[in-house]
Amino acid sequence: MRARVLIRPKAGILDPQGVAVERALPALGFTGVANVHVGRLIELDVEDPAQLEAMCEKLLANPLIEDYEIVDSGGGAAGA
Amino acid sequence: MRFGVVRFPGSCDEADALAACRRVGEAEILWHGDRDLRGVDAVVIPGGFSYGDYLRVGAIARFSPVMESVTAFAGDGGPVLGICNGFQVLCEAGLLPGALLPNVGLRFLCRQLDVEVLDAGTAFTRACPPGDVLSIPAKHQAGRYHAPDEPRVVFRYAHDGNPNGSSNDIAGVANEAGNVVGLMPHPEHAVDALTGSTDGLKLFESALALART
Amino acid sequence: MRPGAQAVSPSVEDAVALGLTRAEYALVVDKLGGEPNEVELAVFSVLWSEHCSYKHSRPLLRTLPTEGERVIMGPGENAGAVDVGDGWAVAFKVESHNHPSAVEPFQGAATGVGGILRDIFAIGARPIAVLDSLRFGEPSSPRSRYLLDRAVAGIGHYGNSIGVPTVGGEVYFEGPYEHNCLVNAMALGLARSEDMVRSAAAGVGNALVLFGASTGRDGIGGASVLASAELGEGDADKRPSVQVGDPFEEKKVLECSLELLERGLLVSLQDLGAAGLTSSSAEMASKGGVGVDLDVSRVPLREAGMAPFEIMISESQERMLCVVEPARVEGVLAVCERWEVHGTAIGTVTDTGRLRVLHGEQVVGDMPVAALVDECPVYELEPRRPASPLYPVPAPAPLFAASHGAGEAERSGEHARPAVEPSVRDILLALLASPNIASRLPLFEQYDWLVQSRTVRRPGEADAAVLLMPTGAAIAVSIDGSGRRVAADPYTGTVEAVLECTANLACVGAAPLGLTNCLNFANPEKAHVAWQLTESVRALGDACRALGVPVVGGNVSLYNEGAQGPIYPTPVVGMVGELPDPARAGRAGFAREGDLIALVGAFTPILGASELARLRGEALPTQLPEADVAATQRTHAAVRDAVRAGALTSAHDVAEGGLLVAVAESCLAGGMGAALERRPFAALATALTPRRAKRARGGPLPEPLAAALFGEAPGTAFVVSGDREGLDRLEAGTHLVELGRVGGDALAVGEDLAVPLAELREAHAALGPLFP
Repeated sequence: MRARVLIRPKAGILDPQGVAVERALPALGFTGVANVHVGRLIELDVEDPAQLEAMCEKLLANPLIEDYEIVDSGGGAAGA
Repeated sequence: MRFGVVRFPGSCDEADALAACRRVGEAEILWHGDRDLRGVDAVVIPGGFSYGDYLRVGAIARFSPVMESVTAFAGDGGPVLGICNGFQVLCEAGLLPGALLPNVGLRFLCRQLDVEVLDAGTAFTRACPPGDVLSIPAKHQAGRYHAPDEPRVVFRYAHDGNPNGSSNDIAGVANEAGNVVGLMPHPEHAVDALTGSTDGLKLFESALALART
Repeated sequence: MRPGAQAVSPSVEDAVALGLTRAEYALVVDKLGGEPNEVELAVFSVLWSEHCSYKHSRPLLRTLPTEGERVIMGPGENAGAVDVGDGWAVAFKVESHNHPSAVEPFQGAATGVGGILRDIFAIGARPIAVLDSLRFGEPSSPRSRYLLDRAVAGIGHYGNSIGVPTVGGEVYFEGPYEHNCLVNAMALGLARSEDMVRSAAAGVGNALVLFGASTGRDGIGGASVLASAELGEGDADKRPSVQVGDPFEEKKVLECSLELLERGLLVSLQDLGAAGLTSSSAEMASKGGVGVDLDVSRVPLREAGMAPFEIMISESQERMLCVVEPARVEGVLAVCERWEVHGTAIGTVTDTGRLRVLHGEQVVGDMPVAALVDECPVYELEPRRPASPLYPVPAPAPLFAASHGAGEAERSGEHARPAVEPSVRDILLALLASPNIASRLPLFEQYDWLVQSRTVRRPGEADAAVLLMPTGAAIAVSIDGSGRRVAADPYTGTVEAVLECTANLACVGAAPLGLTNCLNFANPEKAHVAWQLTESVRALGDACRALGVPVVGGNVSLYNEGAQGPIYPTPVVGMVGELPDPARAGRAGFAREGDLIALVGAFTPILGASELARLRGEALPTQLPEADVAATQRTHAAVRDAVRAGALTSAHDVAEGGLLVAVAESCLAGGMGAALERRPFAALATALTPRRAKRARGGPLPEPLAAALFGEAPGTAFVVSGDREGLDRLEAGTHLVELGRVGGDALAVGEDLAVPLAELREAHAALGPLFP
């Protein structure tokens, strides 16, 4: 399976990259933008998608500061 | 007293940490791929960009074979000091609470700072009087300390000098037992008057004092 | 039959598209005895590019003095090196990465640092410091701010991550760099002299091992097209071929290289820079007088389906090529594995004198090495001094904008005078806030300047960086160049750059050991650029000969111009010096209340081409007064000796902004005020008044006084502080004028002027907002 793992700062954790982007957009004339957060995207081929969650918990994300979301590249969200 | 300084691919300050340790005792390099700690009395996890810090600071290094041994060593009460990237590795490994986030300013900052010792009871602060203010440089891009609970705070940025936006100006913390200490500033870069300051020596001398008791 | 002749041969038009001239293509056909195939044409086009062949500058560079008692390695190797005592050598080199940085500033600057570091460890030296020399357009331009921000971030990203301190550098902002920024990086390395390696391939039958990153389509065409053509309309097409740097990979490659050398496993070593495998293999073969067979099918690839010619000219970063005796190949690969670095034997040293490119069993290219490396046509420059000014007159700063009649036409020679003359105080603050003078701290703080524990004088603390040596002594290093002054007078401006650099070394107590340079010029096929280049190199040679400083290496970057015109001609010089006692390394800041302050040196400043003239919006003069190198050298020696003897508290050279700015900088660096007397400035102004001048213009600031306060004469004078005994000692060796005393919390001149330190500091912090 081709999977994507989306990793974003946990709600409530200050995200200075998001803040910087949010401030920059109006300066370029894009108004009405709020709640910008900058995270990471990890793409991988996995034989056993059941292992993805453990991979996220152990290495790909730090649950203390990050939320993750596992997405099947076919489009369906695999939860977490 | 013999220190072991861990070397990961991407470590940058290991030679400096080694030299700092050698000012107070003996020291040798521990290779990341070896589980053998070679009978050292204290372990230093140095600064740098282990594995490029590409996934997340310290995230990959914590799984190296040497860290298994370091975790066991720390569990037995062995003194472990994590400096900068080493602090990040210890947090990722769960030996210290919390995590380190990108600086509020998003930029790498290199600056000589005043660092206050809040807890003189840890393995690496015994030689400091409480309230001691040390002149030590810091240099990092991900030093904003975040802890979910009340950590044992050992060092605090003094004089409004917080360079990264860490909560409560926290510069370094310890585990509950006080044998594992991590901090963002670099005491190994404050051991020679010629290059700026000797205040950082106190951390290494503390470990020495511990070994002698 | 020529190899690969069954395929469709590229045409002469393809050769032209790759940057060769028709005549050069004909020469290639002649050398090969037939038309080149795709691989051969690609290889010739990159090796015969300006970037690799120096075909417009080679004859000039041969005129530079390269010999010296302390020289261990001179031009021709990956970097030059000088002896620093007890068997230790310091290697150093500066290189440009201008065009890649103009296209993608973060990666361009980062890979510039990565490239110069590889040059250093390719000769077996551990990199110990980086400095950079940057030029951008005015910071009022959003594009210049973007380039500055990203280039600084890129330099920091690479240097910080790999654990090499960035200990100094310079940055200037001038209109002519708006469309062609300059990013030059200098690196220093430390090695035992006997352990240093050369790059010549030797030993027929030995293996060539490629190690480091895998090879992708990075920078294909970059060496010949991207790196040496004027930037113009086609920029967007070039963007996909930007090289991306990986400092983590380079850190592993660095440690791996040094371990391979330490274990004595290598015959020679070479980094892969511009033109990748092509230039590294051809140069190794040429230097060794041998041939090389390379099998490109064995090169580890990052992308599938790469053609042999792509593999040959790929500029993928973080790769090294070494020559290894067959019995030691296994040992080499084991060390590579320990450092988690790809290592692959890809070729053999032969006695054919030819570079043969194989793809498995098939020969896909076969060229004589001599033709590739040594027989590129060399072009004679046709220099001609320009008849009219080349550069537009800068707009005046707001403080100097005339409220009347400041039309373009009038801003040609004499500056249009504003309705109300700015006061000395206003001018001082405007100069301190000028982007070319303001504190560089907001840049330096983004660099790790302390890793490796050698940095005795950090950026901003002294005029040169000072680094501890294993001998117990220290070296000092500085990098300097003023494009504006070279634009005004290529000969004198270049001499001044050399003097400025030695003056900076003198301030910390260092005597020069060697010089490296990066010659950033526009298109040398144009007569006026050829003249700038010729005059500048003549000056560099003359100054180095007069000072006894050998040129141990250098780099040339030509075609730095856009549709808007040429850059200021910008020779950048980097110099390494030595000082016996690091504890006595000089500082720039005042440090002791009550110390005497003095001006040292025969100082005859002028306003022409100065920072004040730029702020006023004045045109460049067409000539600068000739520098007295011998007298200046005596001044430098006197200051250096006084610093070494511990006789001075501070020493700082008088540079951009002139004397009063230099005093203000020493105040700011030390956090102490100064009380100066009016008399010495008045005396200097009188001395600067032309004997038969019409009565000096009235108003608050007659021109001779303005010249005394703010005029420039780079490298010739110093502001020092110390006690009476210290100054007496210094005065014995040079010309010295007492200016006043250190103390208080303001910079004061007589009763006329008193500017609080806080105000000076605020003005000097003007670059901060560029890094929000």
